[in-house]
Amino acid sequence: MRKVTSLALAASLLSTSAFAEPVKIGFVTTLTTGAAVIGQDMTNAVDLAMEHLGGKAGDTELEVIYADDGFAPETGKQATDKLVKQDDVDFVAGYIWSHVLLASRKSVLDADKILISANAGPSQMAGKLCDKNFFSTSWQNDQTPMAMGDVLNSQGVKSLYLMAPNYAAGKDMTAGVERTFKGEIAGKDLTKWGADAQLDFSAELAKAKASGADGLFVFYPGAAGGAFIKQYQQAGLKDTLPLYSVFTVDAISLPKLQQAGFTDVLGSKVTQQWDPSLDNEANKKFVTDFKAKYGHYPSYYGAQSYDAIMLIASAVEKVGGDLSDKDALRAALKEAEFDSVRGKFKFGTNNMPVEDFFLREVVEDEDGVWTTKVVETVYTDHVDSYAADCKMN
Amino acid sequence: MDTSLLVIQTLNGLQLGLLLFLVASGLTLVFGILDFVNLAHGSLYMLGAFFCATLTIWLGSFILALLISLPITALVGYLVERFVARPLYTRDHLDHVLATFGLILVIDTLTHMIWGPEGLAVPLPDWLRGQVTLWGDTVVPTFRLMIIGAGLAAAGGLFWLVNHTRLGMLIRAGASNRTMVSALGIDIEMLFGLVFALGAALAGLAGMLIAPITEANIGMGNGIIITAFVVIIVGGIGSIKGAFIAALLIGLIDTLGRSFLDDIFTLFMSPTAAENSAPAISAMLIYIIMACVLAFRPQGLFPPKVR
Repeated sequence: MRKVTSLALAASLLSTSAFAEPVKIGFVTTLTTGAAVIGQDMTNAVDLAMEHLGGKAGDTELEVIYADDGFAPETGKQATDKLVKQDDVDFVAGYIWSHVLLASRKSVLDADKILISANAGPSQMAGKLCDKNFFSTSWQNDQTPMAMGDVLNSQGVKSLYLMAPNYAAGKDMTAGVERTFKGEIAGKDLTKWGADAQLDFSAELAKAKASGADGLFVFYPGAAGGAFIKQYQQAGLKDTLPLYSVFTVDAISLPKLQQAGFTDVLGSKVTQQWDPSLDNEANKKFVTDFKAKYGHYPSYYGAQSYDAIMLIASAVEKVGGDLSDKDALRAALKEAEFDSVRGKFKFGTNNMPVEDFFLREVVEDEDGVWTTKVVETVYTDHVDSYAADCKMN
Repeated sequence: MDTSLLVIQTLNGLQLGLLLFLVASGLTLVFGILDFVNLAHGSLYMLGAFFCATLTIWLGSFILALLISLPITALVGYLVERFVARPLYTRDHLDHVLATFGLILVIDTLTHMIWGPEGLAVPLPDWLRGQVTLWGDTVVPTFRLMIIGAGLAAAGGLFWLVNHTRLGMLIRAGASNRTMVSALGIDIEMLFGLVFALGAALAGLAGMLIAPITEANIGMGNGIIITAFVVIIVGGIGSIKGAFIAALLIGLIDTLGRSFLDDIFTLFMSPTAAENSAPAISAMLIYIIMACVLAFRPQGLFPPKVR
């Protein structure tokens, strides 16, 4: 496990009174296995957020402690327990994977700490398992594929083959697209996931082709996304089985696809709640500084992590660094008065964001780098489908 | 279910089986001849993929990179034998497992430090990128055919080496009775080093062949090593022939299970139940086979002759 203290900025150390306890933020993400590429994007964004904040929220120092979930629920829960019990953090944020978040939630909530998801949005935690101490700066899993389902309807796709990894989010993603897509589902494959995930999709692609569907919907986050796209192109399916994806073609997979010359991905369309081209001050600052510091575009994982730290900082500042009054802290979080890279940000009744979803297209930017740009807005102020099941206590 | 799909899935199963054989053959040689449990065999598979990916990007030629990466991976295998395995031969299997598990963590972390967490994509030349039409609309990606060809060639070369050369004779003799081999004046340490390097090169070759499909990833070896152990248990530890047949069997069962199990299940249960249970059962299928083999024929399907 790696432990990094990000407040070691000399300037902030000099100006801090010796008495104030820093507010500690535990950040759980994947730092090992092939999925560490996502974790790196998130920690990069968190480091950038801390730099933009000068390591402080108002007069209160912030400290971030990173922990590795090893791409496995049991390791993620152990990491969370360590943050809550040993490091006694005030906030636990992060979480890429829905199954890791579901396994870890109780450790945080039982200790009356604040839990903030910067990515995972399992349906359970937006609905029946919602909690006054749980907030999200991402989305509920179903929302992005629901937007894709509506895009498919408007494009006249009549039948669809679905492929996703076999874990909590994979099931939510296929449920999401099935909820809005009006055509026929020609078939569905859920593939093995985790540290030893299945990355060779030859059998599934052959089945999808044989199903005779009009389109192929996939959800393969992280390194699996790049691998999937390559095999899709190698199988020569572009003309017979057009690809519609969520969380698969992104700033994580695009640099590698460009490096390997997979030009088929240019022009492909994906749905998302954020894009590097969104026109607002916070986003411009985030994207420009991220590119200057790390040399490539941030992904939505990074954007959501940046927002999570900014949300925490806004609430800590609002309560003057005094976290003992939990009601005041929760109220301050719920107000969400920070400059989100999404331009606007507000929470729904279940503490999930109520937000816009866009259709994005893969393009080449003016420097010849492959990225995405917004084509149209699919949903405005979209509320997730599980909010009604949430009885906030 | 139509014939075209069945043929394609059989080819896919064959491809997976041959890759498994490349990994399992080295494992079974090392386990059978050296009596050494090498969990880090999967790390050599991963290193092969990373060497080949890096060289492909530098040299611009996948085939050239593959040819250069083979001896490099063999050298790494030799060094692992010389400095990690050799001091441990006299210890029991638990010590082998602990040391090589530690080696996995060291190699994974080194890979992370050298190549970063994002892994490496391998660009293929244009002639390997397309598809081959078998008949009608039955097409397979060219590169997957190349994997099958390379896998068969490597398997054939290995059979020739083991059955028709002096080195192979020594390897077979070592598998049967290594004390006797060394008593006859054969440099057993050199032989062990060569076997280890050969196993590493074969595992590395599998990694190099899969990298253009799945990319070179940290931890990619940890998944395949478990399946490779299943293969050598089913095939009989120490048996190349057993590893070959078991690898093809496991590859075909795994692929065909993933492809057709849900269709079969819908014959006697609701489509929703089939949809939910098929992925779980198909992931378990190869372990069920292994359990059956262990129960009814614990020495494996093709155990090597007496020891």
